[in-house]
Amino acid sequence: MDIDTDTARRVAKLARIKVEEDELPALAQGFTAILGFIEQLNEVDVTDVEPMTSVTPMRLKRRKDGVTDGGYQASILKNAPDAREGFFAVPKVVE
Amino acid sequence: MSLNTLTIADARDKLRAREITAVELTEACLTAIEGASALNAFVHHTPEIARAQAEAADARLQGDDEAPALCGIPLGIKDLFCTKGVASQAGSNILKGFRPEYESTITAQLFASGAVMLGKLNMDEFAMGSSNETSAYGNAVNPWRRGNDDTALTPGGSSGGSASAVAADLCLGATGTDTGGSIRQPAAFTGITGVKPTYGRCSRWGVIAFASSLDQAGPMTRTVRDAAILLQGMAGHDPKDSTSADIPVPDFEAMLTGDIRGTTIGIPREYRMDGMPDEIETLWKQGTEMLRDAGATIRDISLPHTKYALPAYYVIAPAEASSNLARYDGVRYGHRARLAEGDGITEMYEKTRAEGFGAEVKRRVMIGTYVLSAGFYDAYYNRARKVRSLIKRDFETVFADGIDAILTPATPSSAFGLGEMADADPVAMYLNDVFTVTVNLAGLPGIAVPAGLDAQGLPLGLQLIGKPWAEGELLNHAYVLERAAGFVSKPARWW
Repeated sequence: MDIDTDTARRVAKLARIKVEEDELPALAQGFTAILGFIEQLNEVDVTDVEPMTSVTPMRLKRRKDGVTDGGYQASILKNAPDAREGFFAVPKVVE
Repeated sequence: MSLNTLTIADARDKLRAREITAVELTEACLTAIEGASALNAFVHHTPEIARAQAEAADARLQGDDEAPALCGIPLGIKDLFCTKGVASQAGSNILKGFRPEYESTITAQLFASGAVMLGKLNMDEFAMGSSNETSAYGNAVNPWRRGNDDTALTPGGSSGGSASAVAADLCLGATGTDTGGSIRQPAAFTGITGVKPTYGRCSRWGVIAFASSLDQAGPMTRTVRDAAILLQGMAGHDPKDSTSADIPVPDFEAMLTGDIRGTTIGIPREYRMDGMPDEIETLWKQGTEMLRDAGATIRDISLPHTKYALPAYYVIAPAEASSNLARYDGVRYGHRARLAEGDGITEMYEKTRAEGFGAEVKRRVMIGTYVLSAGFYDAYYNRARKVRSLIKRDFETVFADGIDAILTPATPSSAFGLGEMADADPVAMYLNDVFTVTVNLAGLPGIAVPAGLDAQGLPLGLQLIGKPWAEGELLNHAYVLERAAGFVSKPARWW
């Protein structure tokens, strides 16, 4: 399937990655090559095959629903590009 | 002989016999690293930490005859591992300046055993690449060259810095990670040993995620014995990783008996690719003969869905990556773009990610976004997961049929020149992992062992694939192959 620039623009938007208009054709071309490669999967008969959910048969462990750890506010904020008064700061979201 | 050229096993024995000290060993490595900036393998240097750890290791070795094998052993750590207070960027500009407030489980285990950290190692950005050319730090360089030709070659990827550092004797061993071949392909390109353990053998906690159902950390070393020792230090159950297996870790080194009589080795016909160089075909045959001579039974087998492994991988890995990398949004850590007047939070996300991610990471995040998007989820993602079930079933069938391990080439070529693939289609680069990626999709252990040189004088590796949790048996087969192949070549020093 050929990916056009409109689709490439839409995917970039969904992925929250800014792509300039003049870069879209090359991006679309790259997608087309990869998706063309992926399309080989259509040759495989997957009737009655379950999609894999876990590569090793394992049951996730359970534990009591309780607080086990915490109290790291300063550590968590330490690497933030903008932290103020104990919070992550971002541009205004709600007017 | 410089101490940095010792194997882990020899260094351990000399440390225990008090013939050398951890401080001397560490200084030898630090000197080697200083003289090897042309390889661009170490990208964050931690000599103060190394010296302090070495001193502590010497004190421990003095007082404790039962000190762990890794006590005092200088290692390099792939940049994908979070190391407390030390830059951990996954080779990406989006994590520039990130210094984790915590330690990955694997590095914590290694340091608790007394291992010494020399620094962080170069890698492809977020482990996405097969040549180390997607790194924000620039290319790592292979210490090997084609005879007298001074063309700079790739050490492979994504664990390119780890491979280059181990092959050039800058450290005694290194940690790597492998999502589609990122330990085994660089190991093969640099003439060293690399193990991708069974999925769940080593904790993923604190290892920056690429594709969580495929990622697995493992050792990169100069010998099979060293791989057994380093894997021992990395493996084990971790309650902080829900996919880490709560099963005992055997003594891997003790399982290196060199006796493989009575085992059965499968040779999968689907791994004989069109256009594969004769040298690789020949090496594979030689490897088969070595295992036969050692008393193994050789059997031709079929893994019919092999051809579909790479296309399935290039749906599943980008899908998981698009989800995992959604966290890089400029809010909690790393880079945030400078915003223009009136920019809101969406512009912050979009500009931050456009500036912070490199081209290959963007491409994969967007491919992942596409295959997971409404209307394509079934056609791509679910179909790929079904094919993945079939690939795993192929292996289960041959193992149930009496196969103990499978022998294949490690890579379809020897190391290529940096920049040589620049104009190629992205899919051409992806083909590097054609022999290794099946192992990740099936969650199996795999090992690359150096087995010979090609006509250009570059190393070539063979891969052994084992049953789940059979790393010990797998290492023993690799040990037999290593001894029979007698690979002792080292790159001639030019750096």
